[in-house]
Amino acid sequence: MKLAVLIKHVPETDNLKIDEKKGTVVRKGVESIINPLDLYAIEEALRIKEKHPPASITLVSMGPPDAEKSLREAIAMGCDSAILITGREFSGSDTYATSLVLSRVLKKTGNYDIILCGERATDGDTSQVGPAVASFLDLPVLTYVSRVELSDNEVEVDRIVEEGIETYSASLPVLLTISKAIGVPRLPTLKGKKRAKSASIKYVHFDKSLFSPGETGLEGSPTMVVKLFRPVVKRKSVILKPRNEKEIDESIERLIDFISERVEL
Amino acid sequence: MKKIKVLTLAETSDGEIVSESFELLAWARSLLETEESEGESSASSEKPQLEVISILPGKAHHPEELCYRGADRVIHLVQDEFQHFLPEVYRYALLEIIEREKPDVFLASATTTGRTIMPYLASKLRTGLTADCTKLRYDIETGKLLQTRPAVGGNVMATIKTVFGNVQMATVRPNSMRTPDSDSSRMVQIESLEFPPEKLRSKVRFLKREDFDKGESLHDARIIVSGGKGLKKAENFKLIEELAKHLGAGVGASREAVDRGWITYPHQVGLSGKTVTPEIYIAIGISGAIQHLAGMQSAESIISINIDPDAQIFSVSDFGIVGDLFEILPRLIEKLKERKKRAPEAER
Ligand SMILES: Cc1cc2nc3c(=O)[nH]c(=O)nc-3n(C[C@H](O)[C@H](O)[C@H](O)COP(=O)(O)OP(=O)(O)OC[C@H]3O[C@@H](n4cnc5c(N)ncnc54)[C@H](O)[C@@H]3O)c2cc1C
Repeated sequence: MKLAVLIKHVPETDNLKIDEKKGTVVRKGVESIINPLDLYAIEEALRIKEKHPPASITLVSMGPPDAEKSLREAIAMGCDSAILITGREFSGSDTYATSLVLSRVLKKTGNYDIILCGERATDGDTSQVGPAVASFLDLPVLTYVSRVELSDNEVEVDRIVEEGIETYSASLPVLLTISKAIGVPRLPTLKGKKRAKSASIKYVHFDKSLFSPGETGLEGSPTMVVKLFRPVVKRKSVILKPRNEKEIDESIERLIDFISERVEL
Repeated sequence: MKKIKVLTLAETSDGEIVSESFELLAWARSLLETEESEGESSASSEKPQLEVISILPGKAHHPEELCYRGADRVIHLVQDEFQHFLPEVYRYALLEIIEREKPDVFLASATTTGRTIMPYLASKLRTGLTADCTKLRYDIETGKLLQTRPAVGGNVMATIKTVFGNVQMATVRPNSMRTPDSDSSRMVQIESLEFPPEKLRSKVRFLKREDFDKGESLHDARIIVSGGKGLKKAENFKLIEELAKHLGAGVGASREAVDRGWITYPHQVGLSGKTVTPEIYIAIGISGAIQHLAGMQSAESIISINIDPDAQIFSVSDFGIVGDLFEILPRLIEKLKERKKRAPEAER
């Protein structure tokens, strides 16, 4: 069984600042980590590997050279090998160009039975790359997966959708995007960490046999950011600061009024 | 005069068209609106016409509702293969329809279906796609759709346009626009479109569906009561549940509360949880981290209770009480109970 997990190296979004003058995001000094939602895809891949040996997990990421750190961390969790697609030709890729690049590399590096992705990346927050990669590779796709059962040449999965849980089956090969609901991702082991240190990461650079000029990066991206700005929050707010029992009771009355003026209780 | 053609993707649940699909019609109808003064430039005085076409996969009881609420035309896909969401089947049909209709814009809701099928389709169309937009405008002069969405973890807003590709595609944030009223005097035009069955084969099969308990589905709740780390421990989270019960509300939570196991993941609101847009969102013991705000900021009204007067949550609230939730909640619940007793069934 050949598994691939697509991971993204993302800034820890907690502490991002924007440069008001330039309207761009200041990434300097911001730590980058594995997209937290990709940890669930890694976890599911590891579970499949354990249940269905022999199996191998290849990590694939497109990003800056320091994405190597995230790849090594995933190896420490138990993944086998890693591919890092890097180079200035790729920078500025939108979800379309990113998916195109990932799908070309996946196609070239192996016939994967299952490709797993996180539900979305916490920085871009689009959830578009998984389905787009599947489409480029002409694979079936199942998204928001909360349970995976593998038998022979088929997967049965649960998907968390708006109003409930739907069960589907699909023949392999398939691409799955994994939701947080599958359970808690494991931590790297000591043994894994040692292995990760010496593991060799395969680098893929822009290569004319894989990509045509203009197909990647900003040039290959059909969407373009024309403006970045700070969201304006406009709410007329009433904030009460009750100082004693009586005032607390009054605030509660006003709160109930506020609700019942808007929704019938 | 130039006509701007907009396709929208409708969705159904048990044969009923979902409200997001009606909202999508409001999005489509508002594409040409401007905030600036009317008739500012002479070029814009001649407004082009909009043609809005809804694609409705799966049998629906009332496809005409889409026309009543703003569609000029409905393309109803009635074959059994469209009954459940099979991405390959949907993609085939949508490619055929786009080829025939040649729309300028194609919109879907950022639902689990919309977020899956749109990128699956856009790759084949070799065009751009912007996810989860909170604002859309069509610029008549350039013919470009200006797509605004939160970016980088909700820290900034980005306006995006599609520079190549024939169709400009976007998904829009569910529940962020009022559903248009139904006007049965509007003209109804419905086409039932069928495809050769051999074209509708899929490697994915639908097996079954189990609906969430009412409380777990935050999706239709008019009021949501959410609790955060301020609840301090699992037992206390019952206060949130009880308050929700008395308000007929859904229960939400911050990630801190979910990570501590006080409540299950389907209840998490925020960047890595659900995006909700109830009429009233009540945040209790939640600080208002940007990642939490990303999931509830577009609620119609926001109420918060927090002990810290400087909590960020107050800056997005319409109504707030600075105070100890352990003092406030029991009394609030008591008062709601009394209120029910006072108002007999007949009077309400
Ligand atoms: C990539 C990423 C994704 C994330 N996704 C999400 C997400 O989807 N959803 C989400 O919620 N978070 C998310 N977070 C986490 C987010 O940054 C915050 O850590 C989280 O929202 C904080 O939860 P909280 O408000 O419950 O806790 P805290 O920030 O600790 O706030 C607790 C609040 O309770 C108040 N309080 C304490 N005691 C009382 C009392 N007695 N009475 C009244 N008030 C009291 C405090 O004043 C404080 O404001 C994400 C973070 C990252 C990095």
